[in-house]
Amino acid sequence: MERVAIIGVAQTKYEQNKPDTFAELIYDVVSRALEDAGISIKEVDNVVSVSSDFWDGRTISSMAISDASGAFGKDITTVEGDGTFGALYGMMRILSGSFGCTVVCAHHKGSESNMRGITNTAFDPLVERRLGLDAINSAALQARRYMDKWGVWEEQFAAVSVKNHGNALRNPLAMLPMQISVDDVMASRKLADPLKLLDCSPVTDGACALILAAERHAKKWTTNKKRVWMKGVGHCSDAFRLGDRDLADTRALKQAAKKAYAMAGIADPVKQIDVAEVYDAFSYMELMWLEGLGFCEDGMGAEFVERGHADFEGKLPVNPSGGRLSAHPVQVAGLAAMAECVLQLRGEAGERQVDGAETALAHGINGMCGQSHCVWILGK
Amino acid sequence: MSDWKDQVEVMVHHGKISVPYSWTVGSTLSKWYVLMRDRGEIWANRCPACGKVYVPPKIKCNDCYKDMADWVKLPGTGTLESYTVVHYSEPSIQPQEPPIIYGLVKMDGADTAMVHLLGEVEPEQLMVGMRVEAVMSDQREANIFDIKHFRPLAGGEA
Repeated sequence: MERVAIIGVAQTKYEQNKPDTFAELIYDVVSRALEDAGISIKEVDNVVSVSSDFWDGRTISSMAISDASGAFGKDITTVEGDGTFGALYGMMRILSGSFGCTVVCAHHKGSESNMRGITNTAFDPLVERRLGLDAINSAALQARRYMDKWGVWEEQFAAVSVKNHGNALRNPLAMLPMQISVDDVMASRKLADPLKLLDCSPVTDGACALILAAERHAKKWTTNKKRVWMKGVGHCSDAFRLGDRDLADTRALKQAAKKAYAMAGIADPVKQIDVAEVYDAFSYMELMWLEGLGFCEDGMGAEFVERGHADFEGKLPVNPSGGRLSAHPVQVAGLAAMAECVLQLRGEAGERQVDGAETALAHGINGMCGQSHCVWILGK
Repeated sequence: MSDWKDQVEVMVHHGKISVPYSWTVGSTLSKWYVLMRDRGEIWANRCPACGKVYVPPKIKCNDCYKDMADWVKLPGTGTLESYTVVHYSEPSIQPQEPPIIYGLVKMDGADTAMVHLLGEVEPEQLMVGMRVEAVMSDQREANIFDIKHFRPLAGGEA
């Protein structure tokens, strides 16, 4: 099978109330990603855009940014989900043999709308939506279920927030670089018990683009230093309705990771993976996903973090970018995690560079409480 | 790229999208809500292949992908699997003023849990594993609020 490489990446700075339009954000990241790859828009033959109509406040939201993405006169298609799934679709389009170079771009401006109102519409209008469920209060139900199942406590969630906001101090693109303590997290405003303000990711604006190329093009257009290979990918989804799942169970992520590891030849993830960007939409999620990714046994995520294994200097640095807790442009976030991994593998991650990173893991989720997962293994 | 804003005043246009919808409730949930409205009962349905009992009922079993023809009446009691006390206010989506307590209730006789409001309970009394019962609304309109809320079961460990 032909391989697919990521040959260019670009991200905006992540912040609130960005004054630029969706099209301006997309034009900025796509043109810089092309420059990063050293190719022109002429070499691109298709675009996968990632956006959500409800968040954008318009239907067929990809159409409005198609010119800015470079799709004029070409093919554009859309993934309404996390950017990791957009990259999956982009890679599949190349592997199908129909396309040779794909732009995958994502944009999001959470600060233009109402996060709780938008995420409420993800729930079934016939049942749960009218109860007022949203991203935060449903996550709170998951957090408490996880605490009860494994005997985890709130201070252990807080430690994730402390680590990731601290990591963000080394990332100039992050929105919330902060030196904080567990006490600060514990004292922050209660939103939905057991979740407090600093357990939750912020409403964020931003955009990200990746340039994917078939091996035959990648080797012609770019140097070895620029190329990062898509070595493994896996995806899996769980039940839609919260009550149909055990919210403390990570079986969908386990399946996704198993497939990605098998494809990339990963037998011992902690040993073989040098850096991971894991979808910490909420502090507790990082602990659950560390378990689902097989970095530790079920229920041992908190101990993995407490022992410093996930620290920037630890044996498997997790979220050296600062993670979603430090910048969470929905849908963009998983693509940004992949872009961060690419920078790490190229040795271009600046102050947040993990020494000698050769294999990286990027993880994205879609749906409430991590209904579906996409796991990427990227490598040199 | 945002340097332009030093030279140009940043303009923001405000808008609101308001579009009505009429969602059909379908075969399975219509039956569930009618039983709730007319008899004040909570029913579930059961997979003919694996026997898994779902509430709210589903059109097909997640595991077996089979039609769910068998219906069973539930006693309306259950065990609290998780809960949260919501402190923020979002009037456009919330059914009542905060604080609002939500519970994930594993219903007796069913294999799945239901999310609903918890009432007649103080936040300090909440505990995972607590026994609860459904309180039906007096005025029922065949929707999720035909269950008013769940409350602690009188007598505790019943």
